[in-house]
Amino acid sequence: MMGYLLKRLASLAVSLLAASLVIFLVVEVAPGDPASFMLGMNARPDTVAALRAELGLDLPVHLRYLDWLGGMLTGDFGISYTYRTPVAQMVADRLAVSLPLAAGALALSTLIALPAGLIAAARRGRAPDMAVMGATQLGIALPNFWLALLLVLLFALKLHWLPAGGFPGWEDPAAALRALILPATALALPQAAILARVLRSALLDILAEEFIRTARAKGLSRGQALLRHGLRNALIPVLTILGLQFSFLLAGAIIIEQVFFLPGLGRLIFQAITQRDLIVVESVVLLLVFAVIVVNFLTDLAYAAADPRLRHRR
Amino acid sequence: MSVSIGSKYPGEREGQSPSSLPAPALSLRGLSVTLGGSAVLQEISLDLAAGEILALTGESGSGKSMTALAIMGLLPEGAATRGDIMLGDTRLDTLTDPQMCGLRGRRLGMVFQEPMTALDPVMTIGAQVMETILIHRALPRAEARIRAAETLARVGLPPDQVPPTRYPHELSGGQRQRVVIAMAIALRPQILIADEPTTALDVTTQAQILDLLTDLVRQEGMGLLLVTHDLAVVAGRADRLAVMQAGRIVEEGPAAALLAAPRHAYTRALIAAARHQPVLPPRDPGGPLLQVSGLRRHHALPRAHPFAKRRLFHAVQGVDLQIRQGERVALVGASGCGKSTLARALLGLDAVQGGTITLAGHPVLAGRRADPDQRRRLQAVFQDPYGSFNPRHSVGRLISEPFHLLPDPPQGAAREAAVAEALRAVGLSPDHARSPIHAFSGGQRQRIAIARALIIRPDMVIFDEAVSALDVRVRAQILDLIADLSRSHGLAWLFISHDLSVVRGIADRVLVMEAGRIVEEGAPARIFDAPQHPATRALLAAAPHLPDPAG
Repeated sequence: MMGYLLKRLASLAVSLLAASLVIFLVVEVAPGDPASFMLGMNARPDTVAALRAELGLDLPVHLRYLDWLGGMLTGDFGISYTYRTPVAQMVADRLAVSLPLAAGALALSTLIALPAGLIAAARRGRAPDMAVMGATQLGIALPNFWLALLLVLLFALKLHWLPAGGFPGWEDPAAALRALILPATALALPQAAILARVLRSALLDILAEEFIRTARAKGLSRGQALLRHGLRNALIPVLTILGLQFSFLLAGAIIIEQVFFLPGLGRLIFQAITQRDLIVVESVVLLLVFAVIVVNFLTDLAYAAADPRLRHRR
Repeated sequence: MSVSIGSKYPGEREGQSPSSLPAPALSLRGLSVTLGGSAVLQEISLDLAAGEILALTGESGSGKSMTALAIMGLLPEGAATRGDIMLGDTRLDTLTDPQMCGLRGRRLGMVFQEPMTALDPVMTIGAQVMETILIHRALPRAEARIRAAETLARVGLPPDQVPPTRYPHELSGGQRQRVVIAMAIALRPQILIADEPTTALDVTTQAQILDLLTDLVRQEGMGLLLVTHDLAVVAGRADRLAVMQAGRIVEEGPAAALLAAPRHAYTRALIAAARHQPVLPPRDPGGPLLQVSGLRRHHALPRAHPFAKRRLFHAVQGVDLQIRQGERVALVGASGCGKSTLARALLGLDAVQGGTITLAGHPVLAGRRADPDQRRRLQAVFQDPYGSFNPRHSVGRLISEPFHLLPDPPQGAAREAAVAEALRAVGLSPDHARSPIHAFSGGQRQRIAIARALIIRPDMVIFDEAVSALDVRVRAQILDLIADLSRSHGLAWLFISHDLSVVRGIADRVLVMEAGRIVEEGAPARIFDAPQHPATRALLAAAPHLPDPAG
């Protein structure tokens, strides 16, 4: 197990290094000079040159890459070209919204999907299964922003239970949580639909396995066999989906952030791209890549925990 | 005939008293089952006493397994039953599923055919045995764990050799079957049902598992219902024998008497098929065809830790082998001895680490574009008639697949004629070419596999366990068919099997393999009557055989 861990950690470091290089190069070759963009169309060439020198844009490419990478490693993400504030601070502020939102949406989708998938598999072909399959079909088909609008209409405008948008900050935790409920729900429902379907089909495959019949021959009821022997064996595909969903939720919530006017990571990237704030784009994208790689790493560890056969993989 | 330690009050094993008229521990009366409108069991009546072994035999689809599942109350959904099933004084067929759950595992135990898939892969073997105990007994976990370890030791898995903390994938097939048996007997059920418990195991392991089951039954006084298609397994072990055909019991009686003098035509046919030896036409082998010298195959084992030296598993260690044109050779050995690894190397499917293989004077090389002219000289037929065909293709398309090895494959009418000829050669009708493969039974599929191997007129065919998955009567037919191919096609073959008794009539020469080496070689009569090597003797001793016919 230690060897497996060391090997995985080494490959994690290599992936990150490769990702940083690709991100840096892509942003480098993208058209648009931040300095001239910041100063506007009528700026004098010598002003632009001065700003370029100040931002370090006149240095050779490899030096700028090493400078940026070294900064990332020491927690210095640079200064935003447009806002003139440390990128690390901006990212931290946005993560305070995006991370709880993603985690909440993931938890909610799992809480919905787990019982739904189990019930559908246990009552295959009967009314509960059909209800779950119908609901999940709808959940996958509906775009989450439209779902978000419906939720706002009902819970904010009609019932006045929850705010329609905006984020008050974590100084008032209760208000902050209330602000995240609707966006987290809008994000979670389509994900829950996917997860429930994956879980159902994985469970149905497992239920046809012979060890389920062996479990029944020991005296377990159908439901007990499903819970004790079915669920854990069905975990691998479920963990795969969960890993993918978390990565998606972290950065992919941009439309939902827009609908609910939340200051999250997705909107930060969007703004940074439109304003050619390259240093912010680079840092946030690398951070997201880091998050995805770490989530994949954790997913792999979870695989090994769930299935002993994967622990001795070469 | 049967030694019955009968208990008048099933369920109360203490206070057993020998009784002159032991009540049957299990009794079926007029059991009929219909599934989807068709009758799968008709009027089955059987009795099984405590301490008795009743064998239920017949071909696939005869209803053996359905009878077992009906007793367990585990019939597929939609099955309708009629008739009585009595376990001691308890009538089972009227119980609800929750009530049956209380009996299954406690008073009724079941062992299934396929030990590879009958265990939960993500649970330790100790926990799986412990589960049987905890479902039915309110014991502290520590105590249940001790009982589980004791049960595993009882079935031949002592904790110092096979710790209960192992997972199923870390065990061999025979060891896994022992775990399945441990789960079934942990609570000493009155009735143990074993559905083809050794069919998936090689002969050596089969003998060990059958010994274990027999011991358990005799010592614990359980009644054993042994479901098997293999009459030889039954001989010498079962007290009584019931023969099933098409959902009915056609003959029943004391096993030894029934095997010696079967009354029903179907039983006689089964016994004849099990004894059947094909007649090989005499042949003088021609020039050398396949030459193998010093062949070595090994693969790397997983490292114990990242800096450990990589260890190698030597599957084939220096095999020399010559097969001449038209020569018929058999290769036998226990599972894991390297038979199939050798076959894959001969077929050029795997690269070898040492030695040479030449076919008709040209080297056989694995990988990068093997010479098609070489490939077409050697074809193969594998064990699983269900897994070796692409399910989307018609029989004609499947059979004509090897044509791509020819420089100028026949087209149109010539192609159809070749397909028809291949089908006729294996005893099928040319009309079958248009049918999809799923319309065929296991035996027919094996014929189709042989037709596919024959269509480009190879010099030699490797039959890798090609009859191991078939019923006795179908097996006899396929063996006859193979023997005929020597006559009609002048074919040479390497017939690979774990079962010595199968190869006797199918080869001029038998090779015995053990641990990657060929340890004995000789004419079948010599190998069978005067085996020299211990491995050969062990295989012969383990192979189940029918007693010689009476008279």
